[in-house]
Amino acid sequence: MRQLVLLKDIPDLKEITIDRETRHPKTEGIKTKISDLDKRALEAAIQAKEKVGGEVIVLSMGDDKTKTALLEALAMGADGAYIINEAGVKGIDTNATSHVLEAAIREIGEYDVIISGEMTLDSLSSQIGPRLAELLDHPQVTYVKEYELSEGSVKAVRDLDNLEEVVEAPLPAIVTVVREINEPRIPSLMNIMKAKRKPQTVWSLADLGLSLEEVQAMSYVKIKDVTAPEMTRKQVKIEADTIEEAASKLAAAIKEEGVI
Amino acid sequence: MSILVFSEDRELAYQLLAKASELAEKMSKKVYCLASETPEDYIKQGADKVLQSELGDFALESYRAALLKAVEASDAELILMGATKRGKELAPRIAAALNAGCMTECNKVDYIDGEVVIERLTYGGSTIAKETSTSKPTIITAAPRSFDKLEPQDKTGEVIKLEFEASEPKVKVLETREKPKGTQDLENADIIVSAGRGFKAKEDLAILEELAEALGGAAIGCTRPISADLGWMDDWVGISGKKVKPSLYMTCGVSGQIQHVAGIRDSKIIVSINNDEGAGIHGVSDYSIVGDIYEVLPALIKALKEKA
Ligand SMILES: Cc1cc2nc3c(=O)[nH]c(=O)nc-3n(C[C@H](O)[C@H](O)[C@H](O)COP(=O)(O)OP(=O)(O)OC[C@H]3O[C@@H](n4cnc5c(N)ncnc54)[C@H](O)[C@@H]3O)c2cc1C
Ligand SMILES: Nc1ncnc2c1ncn2[C@@H]1O[C@H](COP(=O)(O)O)[C@@H](O)[C@H]1O
Repeated sequence: MRQLVLLKDIPDLKEITIDRETRHPKTEGIKTKISDLDKRALEAAIQAKEKVGGEVIVLSMGDDKTKTALLEALAMGADGAYIINEAGVKGIDTNATSHVLEAAIREIGEYDVIISGEMTLDSLSSQIGPRLAELLDHPQVTYVKEYELSEGSVKAVRDLDNLEEVVEAPLPAIVTVVREINEPRIPSLMNIMKAKRKPQTVWSLADLGLSLEEVQAMSYVKIKDVTAPEMTRKQVKIEADTIEEAASKLAAAIKEEGVI
Repeated sequence: MSILVFSEDRELAYQLLAKASELAEKMSKKVYCLASETPEDYIKQGADKVLQSELGDFALESYRAALLKAVEASDAELILMGATKRGKELAPRIAAALNAGCMTECNKVDYIDGEVVIERLTYGGSTIAKETSTSKPTIITAAPRSFDKLEPQDKTGEVIKLEFEASEPKVKVLETREKPKGTQDLENADIIVSAGRGFKAKEDLAILEELAEALGGAAIGCTRPISADLGWMDDWVGISGKKVKPSLYMTCGVSGQIQHVAGIRDSKIIVSINNDEGAGIHGVSDYSIVGDIYEVLPALIKALKEKA
């Protein structure tokens, strides 16, 4: 079994600060990490590998920092990594991204499953999985909370709006996971050391037979502006000598507000 | 060129039709809608033309095929789809098939200076992005209740039969399990008390019910782990759950991670009780008590009863 996990290296959401004047988020130069749901996809793949054997390969389109970010994935148990690093692709939309990932997946060639997070937590787009299913003509198994791999097929429990579906699909298939699927492991120090010796291949677009111009021409969605909404709250910390007194002050405050 | 609307959820389709009608007037376009039953109702809700097709139960392959036919028949330049989970897995498929831009879960859609501009949440829910797309068609999805549906209109329209051919489903459904339906209408509740991981056991939630009563009747909400991991309640509040807008939202043992906070922004007053002084929830609250819910809540219930 060869499982291909898609990982996106994104700014650590907790480190993003908001400029007081412009309300723009500062996302440059801050720590990045693998998007939370992607890490859970990786954990699912590693757990499946522990049962049925084979290999777990990770793929990420990122930048110079991605090589370091993927060390964590290798330490968790991935066997190798492919990185697409091309400065000009920063900010391309999901249509263009899916075409670049498709080219890389075709270059990797051999796989039974492509597994990823249901959405990336920076842009919250939820598109890459289904788009790849269309481009590669694979079965699409989204919102997976239980994942079981066997020879020739994948069985999964899907978490939909009002129901859960138990499904089975032939391989190769595309799988996307939700938060509830697992808690990702924290790699041991020894595995962190070992990760540095695992193979990482870095590709440019040219290595995939693509040019920056053609990729940019497939990117249609433009971001005009990003701002943090003003969250102006009173931020009154109720302090008192006893809990009873604090509770009484709070009760008085909400009464005063006229909301009860 | 036209605007095409589709959602397998009828109420959501009506809401999208209201937005489509508004855009269509500004853009001088016709509104098409793909639907299977009672096409007249979609016309009353704003459609000019209904493409009527036997869609049947949801299957990705058939819905995909029908939608692609509908795009062709309507010559759509803008496609508005419902961001249910089904809709969210269908929209990017259509987008990929059409080599089109797609913008998901848009809260606002407007036509400004010759461009359709949308607003959607990014960075986990902490920011709002304004986006536009240059592709024709462009696909936009919006979650339930992003727009209000119209009063049914006295309007005539055209119903066009649409045939399509779909391939066999690639994924086999072995079993479906209904989820318990949340009994509470959190989205319309005026007061909500909400539980987070600060609660140690399911039985302890009884105290929230007491608090709800002391507040004169409140709905009870929770964070995602309380519902999705522990199964103590059916619905949760937040970016992937219910978006609420009560007059009073009171969190108890909630840390205030962005995914939760993104769903409570429109609350009038936010009150929080959390024993960690550094918890993020205090910074986004109007009133907060740094304290143990197991001590503060009984005292608060008593105080509310005394003041009643
Ligand atoms: C894709 C994605 C979508 C998500 N969507 C949502 C969503 O829609 N809604 C949502 O809620 N979450 C969502 N989450 C999860 C979110 O990131 C947080 O994990 C979650 O909101 C935390 O829940 P919590 O506050 O209950 O738990 P915790 O973060 O564990 O916080 C518990 C808090 O309780 C306090 N506490 C502990 N004991 C006591 C006590 N005795 N008295 C007082 N306080 C106490 C602690 O100080 C702590 O601050 C999502 C996550 C992902 C990855
Ligand atoms: N640049 C990228 N490199 C690798 N995987 C990606 C990239 N962008 C998106 N993905 C994968 O696709 C998933 C969904 O992304 P999105 O559709 O952008 O929300 C992510 O969680 C990743 O697993």
